Amino acid sequence: MATIKYDSVEKTYPDGTKAIPGISLEVRDREFMVFVGPSGCGKTTVLRMTAGLEDITGGRLYIGDRVVNSLPPQKRDIAMVFQDYALYPHMTVRDNIGFALRMMGRPKSEIRQRVEAAAARLSLTALLDRKPRNLSGGQRQRVAMGRAIVREPQAFLMDEPLSNLDAKLRVQMRAEISSLQRQLGVTTVYVTHDQVEAMTMGDRVAVMKSGLLQQVAPPEELYERPVNIFVAGFIGSPKMNLFESVLRRRPGGGAYVTFGQQELAIPDDVLRERPALRERNEGPIKVGIRPDGFFLSPNGPSDQSLQVTTEVVESLGNERMVHFIAPVRKASDADARDQRTELEEITPDGGTSMFIARVPPYPKVRERETVRLGVNTKGLYFFDEEGNSLL
Amino acid sequence: MSNATINGRRALTLSTRARDRVQVGRLGPSRLRIALSYAVLVPVTILFVSPIIYMFIASFKPNNEVLSGFGVFSPQDLSLNNYLSIFSRFSGPDTGTFTGFLTTSLLVSSVTVVGGLAVNSIAAYALARLRWPGRNLLLLGVIALVIVPFEAIAVPLFYMLDGLRNTYLVQFLPFIASPFSIYLFYSFFAGLPKSLEEAARVDGAGAWRTFFSIMLPNAKPAFATVAILQFMSSWSSFLWPVMVIDDPTVRPLPLAISVYVGTPPYGWGNIMAFGVMMVLPMLVVFLIFQRWFIRSVVASGVKG
Repeated sequence: MATIKYDSVEKTYPDGTKAIPGISLEVRDREFMVFVGPSGCGKTTVLRMTAGLEDITGGRLYIGDRVVNSLPPQKRDIAMVFQDYALYPHMTVRDNIGFALRMMGRPKSEIRQRVEAAAARLSLTALLDRKPRNLSGGQRQRVAMGRAIVREPQAFLMDEPLSNLDAKLRVQMRAEISSLQRQLGVTTVYVTHDQVEAMTMGDRVAVMKSGLLQQVAPPEELYERPVNIFVAGFIGSPKMNLFESVLRRRPGGGAYVTFGQQELAIPDDVLRERPALRERNEGPIKVGIRPDGFFLSPNGPSDQSLQVTTEVVESLGNERMVHFIAPVRKASDADARDQRTELEEITPDGGTSMFIARVPPYPKVRERETVRLGVNTKGLYFFDEEGNSLL
Repeated sequence: MSNATINGRRALTLSTRARDRVQVGRLGPSRLRIALSYAVLVPVTILFVSPIIYMFIASFKPNNEVLSGFGVFSPQDLSLNNYLSIFSRFSGPDTGTFTGFLTTSLLVSSVTVVGGLAVNSIAAYALARLRWPGRNLLLLGVIALVIVPFEAIAVPLFYMLDGLRNTYLVQFLPFIASPFSIYLFYSFFAGLPKSLEEAARVDGAGAWRTFFSIMLPNAKPAFATVAILQFMSSWSSFLWPVMVIDDPTVRPLPLAISVYVGTPPYGWGNIMAFGVMMVLPMLVVFLIFQRWFIRSVVASGVKG
């Protein structure tokens, strides 16, 4: 087992495109590290550089205590699970799993014994003599895992290995991979664009955007203390409601933020706990409310609730998703600016935006109904005007 | 209205359409359509197959009946005389022997195919997947060569290989490397998922091992296609043997039949028998490789 250390690792393509301007990070021994981010953020490039499938154009990459920048993949002692599994179509499951051991020149008896042990661990014993074309998606995924574990490598690298599975199987395999990784204790770098996968599997999660690490933290910390509005908007499902607001002080002490024409009071203990917010001057600010930060509150105080008109109500049985439009400008980072729904518009006075609240199924909320939604003001997120740092 | 609802409605519309399509599929094409297809396909098939059937039957008929129009299709006066006469007419060192022509053609075509598969597939793999300076330029050159007809280079080639005239070597040497075969292999290799090779690299295989253990077994359709095309082209090659071969002992079949056609007495039945014996090996090769012609096994190993 080993640590993987990225020391200002860079990737610049021959045409001058800087895919990774430089990342520094240490994946600890036995740790399950998940790289997550939207398409094109560079997470797969980092993984491929770790595997040796892409050249590293700057910085140093350590696996264990060796610098592996110029080592070919086979000399890095890593195993990789590919997005499309990359099983060799002409080989049986047994040969697929044993291929790496054959390349290492292991004796036949040892190969047989190790392949069978790996297959038993993954419930593949009955399928050992089948070809990949005769396996289901889940079984192929297991074979790909088998191919990785049989080598007993220093690290596993996984490139969106669950993205080709259906939702149900994905949940099952997610748990199996996590449990396998914990049993084997092999340092793992896992790449995904699915924040649910990242949150459920990773010991730590590295959120990436435009080739840069935004935040590296355990899942709970990412959720509770996102460093900027990109992380805040990316982590959590449904997404956090982020909007442009104004911070105001009350003459007698205390402060509030605006939501269009309405006001939300900031509790005193929140101000006490967050000096950056307490010290901040009045003026523009970005505010976030998680969908579950709302609750139905027909008679709630006006500075701890919002009066809104529902647009769409989706019932999920145990909860309802209430979508409402408000005359407030959504706060988003540069990448998300075009992702507006067709009912949202930007006008000089701010425009309208769609927000979402997750509320209990009862009392029932109907579409196009005016309701008062209470806001858990202790759970509000405040970011500076640029959205670059949490206050 | 939210995206979700919009998407929901769109999904509903799509599923209705999909249901309609399924129903259409279940009913299948109408009988009229089937009848029309047959009305076109049957005459076209007859048009293309009839000369071959004609050749086959005529090869068993006496010379004077071969040109008797549709009468040739009547199963009368059948014998092996035409075949026997070919063997008797070609029986000496000055005429060459039929088995000699056949051996030459088989040898030349087999070496062209085996050599061609090896050389062209390796060249194509290097062009499709390995990174080296000048690769794109060379690929461009190969593609450009595909459109150059053999007739254009026949004369320069003739002078370059002057010292090798009347040998087996001269008959296959210029045809082993084939730009068209390289391009065919190139397209196939370029279409194979890159992750297969990357997985092999991570598993510890070098370029040669990856080629032989991973790419080659998955490229059977390309190998079959190239084998058939190179065999056919070599088997029926005529212009080049005319230029470089005048020794009957190393004469290939197409050259032999042309000599035969031009030498009296003219016997159409004999020529048909010669034709049949020339076509049969080609048919055998096609039958061996055709099952891989369309088959593609690669898609089954990747994706869920």
